[in-house]
Amino acid sequence: MTKKLLRSAGLVLVGLVYLVPLYVLVSMTLKPSALGVSIWSPPKSLYLVNFANAWGKAHLLTALFNNAVITLASLILIVLVGSLASYPLARYPTALNRFVAGLLVSCLVVPPLAVLVPLYKTVVDLRGLNSYWAIIMILVSFQLPLCVYLYTNFIRSIPSELDEAARLDGCGHARLFVRVIFPLLKPITSSIVILCGILIWNDYQFSVFFLQKREVQTISVALSQFVSQYQNDINLVAAGCLIGIFPLTIMYLCLQRYFIKGLADGAVKG
Amino acid sequence: MSSTVSASSKPRRGAGSANLMYVPALLFVAAFVFYPFFRGIFISFTNWNGYSARYRMVGFEQYRTMFGDPNVINTILNTFVYGLGSTLFQTVFGLALALFLDGGTKPRSVVRTIVYLPVIISPLIMGYIWYFFFRYSGGAVNDVMNLLGAESVDWLADGHRAVWIIMLINSYQFVGVSMVMFLAGLQSISPTYNEAALIDGASAPRRFFSVTVPLLTPAFASSVVFNVIGGMKLFDVIVATTNGGPGYASMSLSTMMYDLYFSKQNAGYAAALGILMFAIIVALSVGLLAFFRRREVEA
Repeated sequence: MTKKLLRSAGLVLVGLVYLVPLYVLVSMTLKPSALGVSIWSPPKSLYLVNFANAWGKAHLLTALFNNAVITLASLILIVLVGSLASYPLARYPTALNRFVAGLLVSCLVVPPLAVLVPLYKTVVDLRGLNSYWAIIMILVSFQLPLCVYLYTNFIRSIPSELDEAARLDGCGHARLFVRVIFPLLKPITSSIVILCGILIWNDYQFSVFFLQKREVQTISVALSQFVSQYQNDINLVAAGCLIGIFPLTIMYLCLQRYFIKGLADGAVKG
Repeated sequence: MSSTVSASSKPRRGAGSANLMYVPALLFVAAFVFYPFFRGIFISFTNWNGYSARYRMVGFEQYRTMFGDPNVINTILNTFVYGLGSTLFQTVFGLALALFLDGGTKPRSVVRTIVYLPVIISPLIMGYIWYFFFRYSGGAVNDVMNLLGAESVDWLADGHRAVWIIMLINSYQFVGVSMVMFLAGLQSISPTYNEAALIDGASAPRRFFSVTVPLLTPAFASSVVFNVIGGMKLFDVIVATTNGGPGYASMSLSTMMYDLYFSKQNAGYAAALGILMFAIIVALSVGLLAFFRRREVEA
């Protein structure tokens, strides 16, 4: 009995450790001012002015739109280019293709910021600063290695008799890929979309350099500027942060199972 | 086509045009990973300031300066605290949480969901949330300290303490990833091993260390490699909490590169630091993978 009680207490404790920061964030947001009241005290009324102000002052509508465009375009490219590349790499492991696969996967260890200086210079040369396409290309390039790795492993697990039957029926590579292979990739594609989607949606390390103008800024970049600008109105800043984590949190709570599976699939890359 | 009938058991024949399919992927990576990487090596041998058309080749000068620069040495040490410290925390607590929360009961699965939630939150925003806790005036931690009659502490003003706080924030956020890896590992262990050990009279700790832990080697490998690489690259949380300060005290290699390039106009030096960071991460991941591969054979 005591064992069961201890277990329940443990569960509550772990849950609290993870919910307390959210409580503090929400309670800050719902208070008019940080002065004179404890950050811990529950809000007295449903004060929503901070939300409205943060939404306007941090230009979150524009940011949300930019996030959606960049994430969606990147994901489409990643899935298309990644799955396409993985088919020959998985099915025809010639010396050349093994080398190509190794080359692609070796990018996994290149820390994105380690190439920041030359990458920035390259984007400036291509006149890609403050453009959707440059950040999309960069995000796609840095996500592709993991994506190719996951797709190649998955394609290897599909019995090759399927391809052979289709080939015998006179199916070319292109049709074989579109009609037979790609539809079978659904489970891993959903994992890749979730894994890369989260990383791209939350990206800050690239976006902060390549999206400097307000019209193209994503949530992370917009928020970081908002925070440094309104540091003295901490409750307003908290409201911005709460809005910032809202979209993905709702998606996570609705699609929990897929999220955990997707992230677990990506995590076993070691 | 008739010859393909006999060759069909070996589908590696006839790749031909199929190889065109990886050309787009190669172009992406070549343009935005490999080309910048090699250009970075070149820039690291110059004294380029980041914008002017004029620069001079300086050979290994930047690298020589780097190893005599106390700020760089401190930053490398910080980066190791971020990388290895988070890895230790996340692996130990990830395993503990997995053991504690494994199983199908409703309360456990709810807590699992809660522990996993921060993984999807932007690390930058997570950094801000914890900044609200560790701020000097009006911070949530000092609020509690004052309530207990203690003086307020300026938590992030001390560089050493800031480094540990940042490391803990990163661990807190991503412990769920390790937990999921260990949960998957635990579910793949057949109960017969533990039953056999039980019949042989092995105690619970003995069963844990001699049966469960060795069988979890792949999960340990994923957890360690994933967290080392993630922690060594740490950037967002630092920007949100201390921005590398005070001075250079809590910088990681990532934030220092940003500072050198955009604030100090020292692109050559920043590029050299990037190459150093690349070398450290490659050496660490190769070493760790070799270590775990050897263990896996023994298990």
